[in-house]
Amino acid sequence: MKFLLELGSEEIPARMQAAAAEQLKTRFVDAMKAAGLAHGAVTADATPRRLWLIADDVAAASEGSAEEVKGPAATAPAQAIEGFLKKTGLAREQLEERETPKGIVLFAVLRREGRTAADILAEAIPQIVTGFAWPKSMRWGAPSQSTASPRWVRPLTGIVALLDGEVVPCSVHGLTSGRETRGHRVHAPEPISITSAASYADQLRAAHVLVSSAERQQIIATRAAELAGEAGLALIPDQGLVAENAGLTEWPVPLLGRFDPDFLSVPREVIVLTMRTNQKYFALSDAAGALAPAFICVANLEATDGGAAIVNGNQRVLSARLSDARFFWEQDLATVRTGGLEAFLPKLNDIVFHEKLGTLADKVERVAALARWLCESGAVPADPALAEKAARLAKADLVSATVGEFPEVQGLIGRYLALAIGEDAAVADAIRDHYKPAGQGDDVPTAPVSVAVALSDKLDTLTGFFRENMPPTGSKDPFALRRQALGVLSILQAAIIRLPLRSLIGEGAIGDQLMDFFADRLKVQQREAGVRHDLIDAVFALGGEDDLVRLLARVKALQAFVETEDGTNLLAGYKRAANILKAAEKDPPPAPPASGRGEGSEAALADALDSALPQAKAAVADERFTDAMAALAALRSPVDGFFEGVMVNDSDPAIRARRLALLARFRDAVHGVADFSRIEG
Amino acid sequence: MILALQSYWGSHGCVILQPYDLEVGAGTFHPATTLRSLGPDHWNACYVQPSRRPSDGRYGENPNRLQHYYQFQVILKPSPPDLIGLYLGSLDAIGIDRAKHDIRFVEDDWESPTLGAWGLGWEVWCDGMEVSQFTYFQQVAGHDCAPVAGELTYGLERLAMYIQGVESIYDLAYNDAGVSYGDVFLKNEQQFSAYNFEAANTERLFQHFKDVSEECRALAARGLPLPAYDQAIKASHIFNLLNARGVISVAERQAYIGRVRDLVKAVADVWVSQSAPLPLAGGAGGGPDGAHLGDPPPTPPARGRGDA
Repeated sequence: MKFLLELGSEEIPARMQAAAAEQLKTRFVDAMKAAGLAHGAVTADATPRRLWLIADDVAAASEGSAEEVKGPAATAPAQAIEGFLKKTGLAREQLEERETPKGIVLFAVLRREGRTAADILAEAIPQIVTGFAWPKSMRWGAPSQSTASPRWVRPLTGIVALLDGEVVPCSVHGLTSGRETRGHRVHAPEPISITSAASYADQLRAAHVLVSSAERQQIIATRAAELAGEAGLALIPDQGLVAENAGLTEWPVPLLGRFDPDFLSVPREVIVLTMRTNQKYFALSDAAGALAPAFICVANLEATDGGAAIVNGNQRVLSARLSDARFFWEQDLATVRTGGLEAFLPKLNDIVFHEKLGTLADKVERVAALARWLCESGAVPADPALAEKAARLAKADLVSATVGEFPEVQGLIGRYLALAIGEDAAVADAIRDHYKPAGQGDDVPTAPVSVAVALSDKLDTLTGFFRENMPPTGSKDPFALRRQALGVLSILQAAIIRLPLRSLIGEGAIGDQLMDFFADRLKVQQREAGVRHDLIDAVFALGGEDDLVRLLARVKALQAFVETEDGTNLLAGYKRAANILKAAEKDPPPAPPASGRGEGSEAALADALDSALPQAKAAVADERFTDAMAALAALRSPVDGFFEGVMVNDSDPAIRARRLALLARFRDAVHGVADFSRIEG
Repeated sequence: MILALQSYWGSHGCVILQPYDLEVGAGTFHPATTLRSLGPDHWNACYVQPSRRPSDGRYGENPNRLQHYYQFQVILKPSPPDLIGLYLGSLDAIGIDRAKHDIRFVEDDWESPTLGAWGLGWEVWCDGMEVSQFTYFQQVAGHDCAPVAGELTYGLERLAMYIQGVESIYDLAYNDAGVSYGDVFLKNEQQFSAYNFEAANTERLFQHFKDVSEECRALAARGLPLPAYDQAIKASHIFNLLNARGVISVAERQAYIGRVRDLVKAVADVWVSQSAPLPLAGGAGGGPDGAHLGDPPPTPPARGRGDA
């Protein structure tokens, strides 16, 4: 049997529809499982005015079940048997007597009859509805006299529940289930009586409602691309917008409109943002990739005039919005033409960055000083004056009229304004790019001035919040400090910036805490690149390494090495040596080391160390980490030979002391490259 | 258009009221909405309300923004079944052909920090233009609405522009004898923009804010919430003026909004506690103009309720 459930509602917010359909499905499947009612495939979907679900192959009834309960012995006192009968609700003659090793015991067999699918569904539907969790829900109508009245995302308007074409009678939130629903508000205003789950989609299609969100999306995407093509333009793809429009329409009809090309003087991003966010329009580009003065809107109607009035209306709305945007843009242009971007700066005094970290103007001062220092110290190869200037102007656009209206274009507007008054292009780019990377996959700035400002901005934020004891805790990271730290790491790596991070973030406990935070972020970041976290620990554990570029180079060389056969064996030899040395700490040899180098494999290891130690040391100093690993690799066979041919714990304490000293030299040689004790495996 | 709306909603059981005679940021501030949205009594009303948003002034130079405009407000408590259907009927009544025009309900939840109020609903689009706000009030002045009222706000200038097909508010025909909206209101916009942004004496306004706040509290304490509410409305408008004058910093802004909210709350608490034979309940206050939370669109003037 096929089951259909439709929950009619006033317009459900587009952004909630997909998750709600998913939730409906989950709740249905769970309810059926709990009731033991078998079913086949379940489809759930939504339009603005309904959530619906169809389940195939619903069993006619749930399976009956039987449960056995062991009771007292047949010879038990009457009181005990009475109690058991009361508990099970059975009579004495309904109990079974069974032979057990402990004699004859009474058993109750409790049978539960299977229930019909209609009964189960009638009970499940109200539970599904009352248990539904919306991101925001509301009360409505006369029942809302009580604050405990039903809640739904918007007023619930009807319930269709059909099993094999028959109404499943139930009632919830003051509504009684039936077969009546509504079609398109304009094209099919009369109620529709649904015959069965099988005819649901087609009956609604005839009433100008496409119940499949995928079909609506597909129509929007295809038709919008066609319209663009017919106009000699290209659609700028935007899947999020396709989905949103599909959530706003039951019968989507894309239409092409145009706007006055004069508006193209406004920054492209502002135009696209206005169209997208405020109006849900698709933007179009011309053959050269430039923004075209045209858009595609999606109506929910086959208009009697072919959409002429709708296009005309949308054009006027967009024109009004763009003239407002242009008003702000031109106001900002006038401001910078008379006073430069600096004209905005006094207003930054009015914006609190964080109550403990001062105003944005305070922050800008700190960032500017740090950006200059980064360049002066040679860490970032940019002109210190330019970097300082870029840092000083980087936040200016936050108080511009345009960003006030369109906060999403922060940075972009500052760049356009800077270019408009002939600021250095590197400064303009830095204004735009200093927020980057905004997340994984975002561009990472590499231009020196941008790098200086982006690093300074993030480091200032990080040190500030750590200093005021507001590090992220658990899942709470209200100031996005993890993202900021990751941003710092990405920039250092992408731009190959050698930076003594530790000296920048300060000494003491807070510095330690922040360095650990960076180390953790580095592990998370590198995990995706396949770099082992224990190797990062092994290098960090050496201490004193706060140049993350160098650290990472060392980790990568180390990883390449430990994954070779030489590396694996050397690691095993290291662990053996470390264990022996650790044991010897409790029982140090009572005599000074014997003189001489011993013989055979003992002498061979001493020789190998004599040659490998300076090589490894020099290679590390020159940051030739692969060479350093090669020097260690040369120790592998002498170490193996040593353990095979030599007994460390010789009966002569002086010889034992000499051999222990040799192993200590070996361990120290390895530690010159990385702390192998941190390496797993 | 106003006549058509009044006659439509009148025929659906609304009492037809007149504008409230104080400066308010939106029709919501009329006591017929704010006060009456609290309490158990049934209440259906509609009225025009001139609305002032000092920061939205553009010296008469922007074809879509005004610091003074008109809203048509409908309040229905409890919200009737199929309120959307009723609303669409009102669009038919003012001559919008729904077979030709695309009407859409786009999520827009309303929150007013100054009123301590929120509701869920939509902005209603006609061919992409917001022509109304549609809200199911859930809470006002910190009190749960029981029952819930449905509130509809029509932006009259915007609807008129739509119906008349003009590009600028100032080109709207005010009558059939050649009088335009600009003839009637352009000077107001120019002069009030100058007043709002430049000329208002801020020292005096700060003092007024203090005075009306004290008056509000004193009246509330004397068990006179209606007159107290007037003072709260005034406090809200004075705050809006100070805000337009740019003398309230971002940090202070929240504090001022909080002060107005506290006034409104104090008034509402008194109202709720009074069991009047004609149950008027709840109070309301003003709000900073234009601050439709989280959504400050560069919209033409007569957008829906819009308040803060």
